[in-house]
Amino acid sequence: MARLTLPTDEATIRSLRVGDFVELSGRVITGRDAAHHWLVKAFRKEVAPFLKDSVMYHVGPVVRKNPDGTYTFVAAGPTTSAREEPYQADVIGTYGLRGVIGKGGMGAKTLEGLQRYGAVYFHAIGGAAQVLAQCVKRVETVFMLEEFGVPEALWVIEVEDFPVVVTMDAQGNSLHKEIEKQSAEKLKSLLSLGA
Amino acid sequence: MWQEQTLTETFVEIIARASTQLPPDVVEALRQAKDKEEPGSLAQKALDTILRNVELAGGAWQPICQDTGTPLVWIHHPVGVSTRMLTRAFTEAVKQATARQLLRPNAVDPLTEKNTGNGAAPGIPTVHCEEWDEEDLEVHLILKGGGCENVGAQYSLPNSALGADRNLEGVRRCVLDAVHKAQGKGCAPGILGVCFGGDRGSGFVESKRQLLRRLDDRNPIPELDALEQRLFKEANELGIGPMGFGGKTTVLGVKIGYLGRLPASYFVSVSYMCWANRRAGARISPKGEITWLD
Ligand code: SF4
Repeated sequence: MARLTLPTDEATIRSLRVGDFVELSGRVITGRDAAHHWLVKAFRKEVAPFLKDSVMYHVGPVVRKNPDGTYTFVAAGPTTSAREEPYQADVIGTYGLRGVIGKGGMGAKTLEGLQRYGAVYFHAIGGAAQVLAQCVKRVETVFMLEEFGVPEALWVIEVEDFPVVVTMDAQGNSLHKEIEKQSAEKLKSLLSLGA
Repeated sequence: MWQEQTLTETFVEIIARASTQLPPDVVEALRQAKDKEEPGSLAQKALDTILRNVELAGGAWQPICQDTGTPLVWIHHPVGVSTRMLTRAFTEAVKQATARQLLRPNAVDPLTEKNTGNGAAPGIPTVHCEEWDEEDLEVHLILKGGGCENVGAQYSLPNSALGADRNLEGVRRCVLDAVHKAQGKGCAPGILGVCFGGDRGSGFVESKRQLLRRLDDRNPIPELDALEQRLFKEANELGIGPMGFGGKTTVLGVKIGYLGRLPASYFVSVSYMCWANRRAGARISPKGEITWLD
């Protein structure tokens, strides 16, 4: 079982392959729909250093504010990544992200972006909100909390042994494409349909 | 007879149970699935994480998944109980459960694009009331997540691409196609609720009602029982696996019902429920005593 510390570098990421099980530790930044729009609309230099060589987690977390002003992630399972398909490759290229974490996989444009810039898609376990929230050890800072609200804000977090699977790598491979193809063949044979 | 306020409190309890405690038959199905997968495979790791999550959530009475879904509820009530009162009480229970973070504020007004903040909106929750001859109330609830709802499918038969005619073989073809199209996106392994017949609306409602059945029950209609068993086996042969990582476990169960149809129409409606099959049932006596039914 591989461990990966974030931020990381291009060579490490390019060595990952589809099907690798990885445990991530270190800095991750969260972002979903509002964050992606905002990041592509203009270069956000205040956030850029946190994105460089790190990964973005597609999640709308439930976050508790503690009496001392700090925050704790209460539930944090991945959300569907496909919604960020139009923006993801650009966000990766512009900010030097080394990957994204989400669920359901992404499309051709992102796959191409992963190859070009040296990044991967990490698939988290959908629905595992409690296990994954426990991997979030600390909230470092947060951007756009007022404007976007808790689920859509960009939370800079520190994770420990966050379990993910590489399902799209920087070589242009996609586990999603592979499984889709294999299961399509099986479906055809179960339905005795021609090719 | 039941007071609206005490009923609301009981309904909050039912919601809490559904959101945080996965029914024992679902946990058992996940355990068996984990044992069947290759040791060390991605499928087994995914199931292992899922089972750990179920345990953590259950122990802490925290939501199993942060998408607490749409509450769909079926209430059987004796003669003379106001269905408007039942609907009001359940809607109020959803609001209270949301305030207590048992549910996420999960209702958006599509006109203003604003989250209503309290978990309720027109059509959310969906409360189905049905009168019966018994003295008790019986409540059955499922919380159905958005990711899996998005991969549901409806077919109008005949369908030549699938070679699906208007018969049970046609139903079988549609169901397998729906599982293939869903891949891992509905947080596989899923549970399939199927209805053939009905109209486009009633078909989907019945397909969801099928999701209230225990995974280990058997369909009393022999042809449908045979089809359920066959589809369970065949859907798993597709090899999509937990989360779509590949593996032996793509579905945990298949449940099939039917409704009358018009001569001109033949719909097959497939509702996909994620592994987080949050279901709770309770019988409430006129004195307010609760008997859990899972
Ligand atoms: S599909 Fe189910 S398990 Fe997956 S994120 Fe949605 S509610 Fe959670």
